[in-house]
Amino acid sequence: MAYSDKVIDHYNNPRNVGSFPKEAPGVGTGLVGAPECGDVMKLQIKVNVDTGVIEDAKFKTFGCGSAIASSSLATEWLKGKSVDEAAKIKNTDIVNELKLPPVKIHCSVLAEDAIKAALADYQGKWGKKEAAAGAAAS
Amino acid sequence: MALKFPIFMDSHSTTAVDPRVLEVMLPYFTEKFGHPGSRNHPFGWEAEAAADKAREQVARLIGARDPKEVVFTSGGTEAINLAIKGVAEMYREKGTHIVTLAIEQRAGLDVSKRLERQGFQATYVPVGPDGLVDVEEIRKAITDKTILISVMFANNEIGTIQPVAEIGKLAKEKGIIFHTDATQAVGKIPVDVETMGIDLLSTTAHMIYGPKGVGALYVRRKNPRVRIAPMLDGGGHERGMRSGTVPVPLVVGFGKAAEICGTVMAEEGARLRALRDKLQDKILSSLGEAYLNGHPEKRLPHNLNISFAYVEGESVLMGLNKEVALASGSACTSATLEPSYVIAALGVGAELAHSSIRFGLHRFTTEEEVEYVGERTVQVVTRLREMSPLYELAKEGVDLKSIQWKAS
Repeated sequence: MAYSDKVIDHYNNPRNVGSFPKEAPGVGTGLVGAPECGDVMKLQIKVNVDTGVIEDAKFKTFGCGSAIASSSLATEWLKGKSVDEAAKIKNTDIVNELKLPPVKIHCSVLAEDAIKAALADYQGKWGKKEAAAGAAAS
Repeated sequence: MALKFPIFMDSHSTTAVDPRVLEVMLPYFTEKFGHPGSRNHPFGWEAEAAADKAREQVARLIGARDPKEVVFTSGGTEAINLAIKGVAEMYREKGTHIVTLAIEQRAGLDVSKRLERQGFQATYVPVGPDGLVDVEEIRKAITDKTILISVMFANNEIGTIQPVAEIGKLAKEKGIIFHTDATQAVGKIPVDVETMGIDLLSTTAHMIYGPKGVGALYVRRKNPRVRIAPMLDGGGHERGMRSGTVPVPLVVGFGKAAEICGTVMAEEGARLRALRDKLQDKILSSLGEAYLNGHPEKRLPHNLNISFAYVEGESVLMGLNKEVALASGSACTSATLEPSYVIAALGVGAELAHSSIRFGLHRFTTEEEVEYVGERTVQVVTRLREMSPLYELAKEGVDLKSIQWKAS
């Protein structure tokens, strides 16, 4: 299979590989996929609890080159976005950006799932505080 | 010697034509272009003589007593189709059951599945964790309706060599026709249809440094005389079993390739085994949790198949594919999006099937290439593990099986 230049670039120079401590303030972790299916993504966001802005993101991926590229791209896009904006990232955006062929669309779906899982984890752990801060401000 | 890129290490898919093979083929495209079926002029005589010589060369390599037992086909796939379907159609009155292996190559499996749709029954005998079939399991699968046992000689992914002679003996004892898909074995290891009790044998030229587009089916003529229904109707070439003009330049190349293999097999096998062992040692000693797939000894000398825990096969290939041509059992490299059914059949678990890499050495592989590929493989796997969440979890002591995975 021929890969797009962007997939190759992310594979060769993955952005934001790494991990945050799961319990650190503002960190949300998503772990999606399954080893027997051939892809697992761990995607983490580090949110400024006061502003709701994602200040940093990291990933680790077990999967094909397109899965690695999809998660690498996702971390790039997440940085600087608010939690609400991040929730709007769609797998089709990733497909278009990386020019993924049809057989690789599931990689982008998994990346969207990873984003959603990380956001949900963040909301569960730290969202109350943010909501409380928001309620106090209004 | 300086390395030349990309390095080809995918010899279970195909091989380069040996220059000596090409040389003997060339005149048959131009000045010696006759049809072997033209009985009344020198062009035809010359072509027929060339095809007959090739038939003898192929027969000698597989131990066939009579060159007429060699039926030229377009390749391995056609030979396998002709063997299995040909027997099924010819002996349908006698029985409708065939016994085959769960790890046959696609052609074998898909022909059996088609026959099942047409009212035949097929038993797919499983293999052990080392890829070897237990002959007793084949014996148990046989019924009074069994007309064919079809077992590959050596597997195309893991190189495991089946106990063909024992299966041949069993088939003879039961009076059942025995076909073996020997596309990976012929020319690489000794194959002898007489001593191994083989009735039908499929082979192809392009795995033995011959041209693509030609193969052969060996069809036993004596003890027993095996009859097969043809797939193609037409001029009745190849003793009526395979109509169609014999592609003389291709069969001439096939014959020469077979002759060369017969001459160099022992030496070449020993050289490739030493290089393969070197590659295997380098990888397995440098990386933890890398597992050899297939039988460690009963295996093709040029085959190496390894699963690397925590990394996915296609991503390994992607890290290497500008420099090294390899194959993987990963779903992402297959048309079906399923991981290798061969590796999965060994019972290693789907995640390791996704992470299998197949190395195929060949006549033109050099020691420098082996050293380079070993080094680079270790580097790429190490890099990918550093970005693998599974590796991270395992290092933290988490049992990956204890996690509730959420597959999308």
